[in-house]
Amino acid sequence: MADIMTPALGESVSEATVARWAKKPGEAVRKDEILVELETDKVSLEVAAPADGVLESISAEEGATVEPGAVLGHLKEGAVAVAPAVAPAPAAAGAAPKAAQPAPAAPVLAPSAQRIATEGGLDPAAIPGTGKDGRVTKADALAALEARAAAPPPAPVPAAPREAHAREERVRMTRLRQTIARRLKEAQQTAAMLTTFNEVDMSAIMALRNTYKDAFEKTHGVKMGFMGFFVRACIHALKAVPEVNAEIDGQDLIYKNHYDIGVAVGTDRGLVVPVVRDADALSLAGVEKAIGALGKKARDGALALDDLQGGTFTISNGGVYGSLMSTPILNAPQSGILGMHKIQERPVAVNGQVVIRPMMYLALSYDHRVVDGQGAVTFLVRVKEAIEDPQRLLLDI
Amino acid sequence: MSQYDVVIIGGGPGGYNAAIRAGQLGLKAAIVEMRDTLGGTCLNVGCMPSKALLHASELFESANREFEHLGIEVTPRLNLSKMMAQKDESVVALTKGVDFLMKKNKVERLLGRGRIAGPSRVEVDGADGKTLTLEARNIVIATGSEPSGLPGLKVDGDRIVDSTGALALSEVPKTLVVIGAGIIGLELGSVWRRLGAEVTVVEYLDRICPGMDAEVAKAFQRILAKQGVNFRLGSKVTGAKAGKSRVDLTVEPAAGGAAETLTADRVLLAVGRRPYTAGLGLETVGLVPDARGFLETDHFRTAAAGVWAIGDVIHGPMLAHKAEEDAVACIELIAGKAGHVDYNLVPSVVYTTPEVAWVGRSEEQLKAEGRAYKAGKFPFAANSRAKINHETDGLVKVLADAVTDEVLGVHILGPQAGEMIGEYCVAMAFRAASEDIARICHPHPTRSEAGRQAAMGVEGWTMQA
Repeated sequence: MADIMTPALGESVSEATVARWAKKPGEAVRKDEILVELETDKVSLEVAAPADGVLESISAEEGATVEPGAVLGHLKEGAVAVAPAVAPAPAAAGAAPKAAQPAPAAPVLAPSAQRIATEGGLDPAAIPGTGKDGRVTKADALAALEARAAAPPPAPVPAAPREAHAREERVRMTRLRQTIARRLKEAQQTAAMLTTFNEVDMSAIMALRNTYKDAFEKTHGVKMGFMGFFVRACIHALKAVPEVNAEIDGQDLIYKNHYDIGVAVGTDRGLVVPVVRDADALSLAGVEKAIGALGKKARDGALALDDLQGGTFTISNGGVYGSLMSTPILNAPQSGILGMHKIQERPVAVNGQVVIRPMMYLALSYDHRVVDGQGAVTFLVRVKEAIEDPQRLLLDI
Repeated sequence: MSQYDVVIIGGGPGGYNAAIRAGQLGLKAAIVEMRDTLGGTCLNVGCMPSKALLHASELFESANREFEHLGIEVTPRLNLSKMMAQKDESVVALTKGVDFLMKKNKVERLLGRGRIAGPSRVEVDGADGKTLTLEARNIVIATGSEPSGLPGLKVDGDRIVDSTGALALSEVPKTLVVIGAGIIGLELGSVWRRLGAEVTVVEYLDRICPGMDAEVAKAFQRILAKQGVNFRLGSKVTGAKAGKSRVDLTVEPAAGGAAETLTADRVLLAVGRRPYTAGLGLETVGLVPDARGFLETDHFRTAAAGVWAIGDVIHGPMLAHKAEEDAVACIELIAGKAGHVDYNLVPSVVYTTPEVAWVGRSEEQLKAEGRAYKAGKFPFAANSRAKINHETDGLVKVLADAVTDEVLGVHILGPQAGEMIGEYCVAMAFRAASEDIARICHPHPTRSEAGRQAAMGVEGWTMQA
């Protein structure tokens, strides 16, 4: 007998709810057939049978909360279903047995709506019905067809998984990777996204850091990094160009007068973007401390959902890996993301002289639906000015 | 003083159905009716006796005109008093059925004239001369309607009759003038024409049956004319002189012009009906009917607390089945439930031969509303069952939204149209598309196939014509 386990739920998700059992105890299942659906705050996921067999018992009834690794039920491998499948009493220890819910009936479609759904390849269950008792009328089916025509065509899904060749390895994406993939693609499909560039001379900041880094660390107990300066410079620029801190909601724009800055952190499991809340109210040291704490949590896999949600603007630093230039993708529904890059000594012209300066390219990807080109450029110029002359931050100019 | 949850004034289809529903929902209910029998106009002097005469006279006409073609040779002889007697027997049987339903649902039946006597109070002037006072948490006015009059014309019940009188003529008039080309006039005119009268219908408007789809009305009029009914449309009757054995009517063109005299043995005045609220004591609760006699309601609630009204005394078509819908919804609202009536789905039927039945919108209404629609039509001349039966007059017309294909109106002119329209009431309640009707299997051979073929026609794929 094999245990059916709750799989890893992905970064920051510590528990899931059993949404629906697709099989009843006593029913035969094939390997990889969906047994049970779980829901987390962010995603729903399906748990497939690990082998051919018969679902022996259910330990976690619908509605139960489970943690990764918890036993959902038991599968008797290789067994054959007893026909008819009579559900034995669930062998749930401690859990109150609940009558198995009848599977939701397939929606009743009018004949015309059925034809449209069949010919148009619509999922009848996904068509909102406006007829008597929610029935799907022809008008509903036509509207669903039209809505799909208006939406971008779905990515072609291969009918069957491609055979893995001899020197290939098929690995199921983690929940986190799937979520990242989906959200990145959503951002690209939704926003009118484009990127503008500038470059910044890091000399002043580096000089400041060299002068004060020991005193800073001694006083605040945290190292003086560059990120704190960029967070402050961005807030400074966001205040000057508030559209970058806004988002679209239906036909309205929501301007956010709070500055919750997401800072992209790479971990061995993928990229996560924890949020420094009310960063405008923090000192430079406060920002550095917050980033440090979040980074540690990220690497320990201890981020909570709250740590990841509700950012108003994001900073991504590809420079730590050596990136010289990139076009970051928005963190929807935000309207702007700043890309920091590698600091590289380059010859630049200063007052007619070629000098070597530590330079960094800056990129701002923005949602052109919200932010005009002028605003985007102004934003980057403001960041550049503040980094090149950090006294401006002190003076708030 | 007896106390009730609901006292219903009027025992017609509105009143008695309200009483039944009240009883079903456990309300203590009483129904007050001034006639000796329940059933109101519909059962006593309306729908039911007229259908009895329509059925009998249709068979008489078939025997007279059609049997021979079918190879049946008979010479029918009319026994009018027996025809009337069978009609009366049917009516009595039906009223007894309603009495039984009152008992079954524990509704108290009070004989006499009901009158509102202030808030929550109803007085009944009993047939026995005594006055009874009832305390009613809710009063439902279901007093119905009466035939409208016409200036210059006095209904004497002999030469000049209303619909009630026309259901009980003691002899077949040689000539009958029907004033009003509405449903009642055309049905009763048909009865007497079939039994031998020469019938002339005088109508003020330039068309028959206002409210009926104009194309259907025109085809219907042609069929009736072919059967022998004379029509004088666009004409108004301005005076009548009733003699001992005939009536001289003064008729003028509605648009103005020279008057002429039309003479007939009998005259049937059928120019419509008006709400009946006389002597109802409305003033004791501060209710005033509008200029045409209707009571204003908001979902059957009048302006007076605890006083409700249903059926012909409120707006909407004056039809027994509409009153029945009102009744159910009103009582359910009184009982705190979600009563509701969709007046767009109240069907209309003319029980002539052929029948006319429709539900929803006419083409004229859709045009006036500026709604884009498509129409599909199918003639009974192409329907196998109708052909076999030699009943090929008429057509089915299905109107549907040009975009969503939702059925907006269905109009049937043909035999048994009244039985066929129910299918479309159901379809429309479920917001069916014409394609739904077109894709649902219908039995062959039946007239109902004509409806399906018409529905196919909406999207241009009628198969059998």
